[in-house]
Amino acid sequence: MEIVMAVVVGILFTSAVYLMLSKSLLRIIIGTALLSHGAHLLILSVSGLKGGAAPLLGEHAESYVDPLPQALILTAIVISFGVTAFFLVLAYRAYQELGTDNMDQMRGNEGND
Amino acid sequence: MTNLLILPILIPLFTAIILMFISKYVKVQRGISAVSTLITVAASLVLINTVHQDGIQTVNLGSWVAPFGITLVSDMLSALLVMTTSIITFIVLLYSFKSIGVDRERFYYYPVVQFLLVGVNGAFTTGDIFNLFVFFEVMLMSSYVLLVLGGTKAQLREGIKYILVNVISSALFVITVAYLYSVVGTLNMADISRKIAVVNQPGILTAIAILFLLVFGLKGAIFPLYFWLPGSYYAPPTPVLAMFGALLTKVGVYSIIRTYTLFFYHDTGFTHEILGILAILTMVLGCIGAIAYWDVKKIIIYNIVIAVGVILFGVSTMNPEALEGSIYYLVHDMIIKAALFLLVGVMIAITGTANLRKMGGLIKHYPWLGWTFLVAAFSLAGIPPLSGFIGKFLIVRGSFAGEDYVGAGIVLASSLLVLYSVIKIFLNGIWGTPKEYNGVSKGDARYLWMTSAVLVVLAVGYGLGAEALRPLFSQATEVLVNPDLYIDAVLKE
Repeated sequence: MEIVMAVVVGILFTSAVYLMLSKSLLRIIIGTALLSHGAHLLILSVSGLKGGAAPLLGEHAESYVDPLPQALILTAIVISFGVTAFFLVLAYRAYQELGTDNMDQMRGNEGND
Repeated sequence: MTNLLILPILIPLFTAIILMFISKYVKVQRGISAVSTLITVAASLVLINTVHQDGIQTVNLGSWVAPFGITLVSDMLSALLVMTTSIITFIVLLYSFKSIGVDRERFYYYPVVQFLLVGVNGAFTTGDIFNLFVFFEVMLMSSYVLLVLGGTKAQLREGIKYILVNVISSALFVITVAYLYSVVGTLNMADISRKIAVVNQPGILTAIAILFLLVFGLKGAIFPLYFWLPGSYYAPPTPVLAMFGALLTKVGVYSIIRTYTLFFYHDTGFTHEILGILAILTMVLGCIGAIAYWDVKKIIIYNIVIAVGVILFGVSTMNPEALEGSIYYLVHDMIIKAALFLLVGVMIAITGTANLRKMGGLIKHYPWLGWTFLVAAFSLAGIPPLSGFIGKFLIVRGSFAGEDYVGAGIVLASSLLVLYSVIKIFLNGIWGTPKEYNGVSKGDARYLWMTSAVLVVLAVGYGLGAEALRPLFSQATEVLVNPDLYIDAVLKE
């Protein structure tokens, strides 16, 4: 099961890198979203995907899944959610002000003399 | 008082929350943020005194014993950095009063600065690797806002690049923490160190060490990963730039120091050699940038890169003397970089340009500014009585003792080029024929100069009082050289 997850995470990272190297700003932001999905799935799989009850003491199970990675993922999800929201609004503002979403045309040369 | 070491995190946090409610009352905001930052400075001074008297301070949040809860740890290194951060933020706040402009002040400038202080102080104090990530994000999120606040075209454009780089490095940080957790099964830094010592650093941990170098190198701008810094740091206004230049990269540097002395000290042959080579290349590339430009901001920005290289070179030798030099140089560099950015900010405010070819002769009407800048420039280059000297001296002596002559030679050569780059500012901008300027009034320029001069005075005092401060730095080095002190203080066995 971990092997399958590793391959899936690898594919997510590959797509993320491919998208982030493109010119359009929106494709780059989609790339960052895929990157964080990959990272979150990776945290889930590194602690092992062995069977076990959901981490609720009311389940009265013999073994539970590791609760720590789930808490880490929850934290990382909200953080990347906040950053992505900010990034999207910034991209919108930049589109309004600069009139382009092409990263090639966002070169700056202030202070280059 | 057991909760003393949370105060430098909690005071700015509560201040930021209060300031958010009164965003339209600019004068009240100024007063509250200045007073509370002063209290933070006082708290950090008390903290240093306590750490000096009683050794490493730890707090287990929520009273959960060490490896299971989040532990905050304040050893001398982090206490010193917390104090430096608070002092610099205080001075930059005073500078902002006349420099940042009411438009930005009304749109949550002061709360965001306080959040930045929370993030930086938290990153220096935490003893948990995932908590470090969270404090990194607190710091980065505030830096995104500070970078784009105001919304000029350059800020928006460079903001996009800065956020993209940091989103990628944050994802890498999460991935690295995940790998580390899968190997050692713990997140507490002291416990990680103990578990790594038990398994004696197999190959996978060397790979994780390099990943950490990649993550923190992206934050701290080391050689192949510094490409984002010159553009992004050029965009924001002066006080924001001063905070970025003094604090943000140094958090990355601190994290490299912490992980490479606490976690990965068993098999230093590979990891520390890579760190050393990258540090040397960082110095070389930084020097090339610093002498290439004719723009005052760009020159100082490339000097950040050089200083990061010098500090990390000292760390890579793992020699007690060079480590002490690195810590000394780290604190010096935070102070002097903030001072230099504020001073060139005054020059830009007066002349209305950052281009050296368009300014000149400032010494005629602003002699106090010119001489302060000269002192700061000498201090940056490391002229003996001033503060940059002792750190570089110890680093060079330590690396000679470790027979690393190439690196030591490059540190010395880099000082020469640093001196050249800042003297170029002095000779072209401050010396020379006076020109007509239509920037800020002379009174405002004097106020801005006075606040930045406080930092220069601090830097000079730091250099002259090096002998008196020596016990503090020895105490900080002791923990880096002997990680068991840290582990025993946290795990209390």
